[in-house]
Amino acid sequence: MSEFQEKQDGYLNMELLRFTTAGSVDDGKSTLIGRLLYDSKAIFEDQMEAIELASLNKGEEQVNLALLTDGLRAEREQGITIDVAYRYFATPKRKFIIADTPGHVQYTRNMVTGASTANVAIILIDARNGVVEQTLRHSFIASLLQIPHVIICVNKMDLVDYKEEVFEEIRMDYQGVSDKLNVKDTRFVPISALKGDNVVDRSVNMKWYDGPTLLYLLEHIHITNDRNYDDTRIPVQYVIRPQSAEFHDFRGYAGRMAGGVIKKGDEIYVLPSGLTSKIASIESMSEKLERAHPPQSIAVTLEDDIDISRGDMIVGTSNQPQVGQDITFMFCWLNEKPLVPNGKYSVKHTTKDVRCVVKSIDYKININTLDQINDDENVGLNEIGKMTIRTTQPLVYDSYKKNRITGSLILIDEGTNETVCAGMII
Amino acid sequence: MEKYNINHLRELEAESIYVIREVAAQFEKPTLLFSGGKDSIVMYYLARKAFWPAKVPFPLMHIDTGHNFPETLEFRDKLMEDTGGKCIVRYVQDSIDKGRVVEEKGVNASRNVLQTVTLLDAIEELKFDAALGGGRRDEEKARAKERFFSHRDEFGQWDPKNQRPELWNIFNGKKRMGEHFRVFPLSNWTEMDVWQYIYMEDIDIPDLYFTHKRNVFNRDGVWLAEAPFMQLKETEKIEEKDVRCRTIGDITCTGLTLSKADSLEDIIKEVAATRTTERGGRADDKRSEAAMEDRKKEGYF
Repeated sequence: MSEFQEKQDGYLNMELLRFTTAGSVDDGKSTLIGRLLYDSKAIFEDQMEAIELASLNKGEEQVNLALLTDGLRAEREQGITIDVAYRYFATPKRKFIIADTPGHVQYTRNMVTGASTANVAIILIDARNGVVEQTLRHSFIASLLQIPHVIICVNKMDLVDYKEEVFEEIRMDYQGVSDKLNVKDTRFVPISALKGDNVVDRSVNMKWYDGPTLLYLLEHIHITNDRNYDDTRIPVQYVIRPQSAEFHDFRGYAGRMAGGVIKKGDEIYVLPSGLTSKIASIESMSEKLERAHPPQSIAVTLEDDIDISRGDMIVGTSNQPQVGQDITFMFCWLNEKPLVPNGKYSVKHTTKDVRCVVKSIDYKININTLDQINDDENVGLNEIGKMTIRTTQPLVYDSYKKNRITGSLILIDEGTNETVCAGMII
Repeated sequence: MEKYNINHLRELEAESIYVIREVAAQFEKPTLLFSGGKDSIVMYYLARKAFWPAKVPFPLMHIDTGHNFPETLEFRDKLMEDTGGKCIVRYVQDSIDKGRVVEEKGVNASRNVLQTVTLLDAIEELKFDAALGGGRRDEEKARAKERFFSHRDEFGQWDPKNQRPELWNIFNGKKRMGEHFRVFPLSNWTEMDVWQYIYMEDIDIPDLYFTHKRNVFNRDGVWLAEAPFMQLKETEKIEEKDVRCRTIGDITCTGLTLSKADSLEDIIKEVAATRTTERGGRADDKRSEAAMEDRKKEGYF
């Protein structure tokens, strides 16, 4: 086998991992991302030259790696990150997509957005300050969005003389946070993003730490099992009808696998109609597929000619989803314009569009203390809580805990068409 | 459970196909912006996969600056013939003739910026409500914050501070009359992903991407091709070199790479070893630090 072929095969075995980073500018979040990109050689010479020049113009002594992630001119001028920015790098094991979001309280919206697609959340703690209010907030959002893995990076270890006690104390303190929250898998790494300790390369300053570096964790955390392979769910996205001589009777139901594993011959239900059939074939352009599973985009044909359209869901015969019009979910309000109590909104859930009326705000949550706030229907930007709506037509759904795709929805303002609310169904 | 692994290219493919199908489902009159470059070739390939065995249910559109490499146009026409695709062409020259835009003057004159007007006029004329573009977030810092579904107002403008949050894989394409969307199915791909995918799927690309002998001249460290409409400065002289395109844009602003790469394997090796970004050779991006951001706000690709 040629060297190229070997490398090529290695590349074709790479997995995709999406992670989000939470922390304020002061926690060194941008520096950490810059460090990951720099040490993994994802930064090109012309980008490096550009930030060297920019650092020099600002009168900074060291090259400011944080400048790599500050995208838009407004941000460069104000020195803040105002939105979710996506960054990419790859190692021989994985390709990484970073959703880089700012950490201040007014950016809860952006953090929720970045967290919605993440496999892993990196939460930064400043070693000098320990577990603070915003650590709790970031951890809460990670658990609310059900990010399967959380990595707590205790940063700026260089400023506490790389002391093991500092790290251990923070680790113990954090236990108090994770006890209150539902995070399945939490890891801790002591790092210095500025000096590079334990980010990509193992630290020579913290010999007491025998765990993995941050990059090693990102490369090896097991993510395949985080998807749902048990409950067959295909939200029908589009009906393919070629109307050509060769494919005269072809009707393909196109969609992205949201759960389960299907193969030819499987019995299926179509919801909400309740009609049944069997999978006749799983199609793709180059070949017929033996089986399909998340996150593949496929098209299936069925043995029977039944009425199916966009917004329907093809499901397995066991582990049925719920079908209903009264939906209760945890929400995050995303828009400057506050919620209108008992107001009407458009709903997007999988491939289905319906309208709804807000029935109740069951409670809100103080995201700094996690206390419930009852009897308050005023919901503004960045607020989180629990809400119940009634939809014009039934939705076919699962709890968000069971399935992040069939368990999520958004509300849209019917006047401005803006996405105003994210919902995680309970 | 390891058996349900899929590699990152298949995952990116699945994501892009999902986005392209959403466009067909949510919009009445979409189009796919085709430049003849590798990204739009991959995007068209993914669109064919998304609707197979039916044809792609919307036309392609090429904004022709008149400063193309002739190979690009030949490739486009052959691809349409082979796949039964339909490609609408609109010409920047027509916009100039109608007085909609004024041609830039001087040695660095480019029609790159003028394209925006032709593009927006075409979208209005043909009443397109969504235009699929091959832009990738890794290309340039202003693109890093672009959404998959990017809303444009009735003037075709992008407002980076007022973008709709995009959660999970739920895409909000709701709009008012006269507004449209730019949709970027390849948002999460990198240059390397595109090349690896072309290799994996054995997709045809124009010969310009492979090494060939060409008359070129060097301007400020960038190799540019000789063409009838290229003006040379006094100090610049034409030489023959082995070159290839790393990106394909207008002749006026496409920097050529000195390279002997004559196969996809060689190109991939070269990309892996390269230490400058793909757009590093694009004179259009070098005009100012925020050059891309400014063009995008006005409605550029």
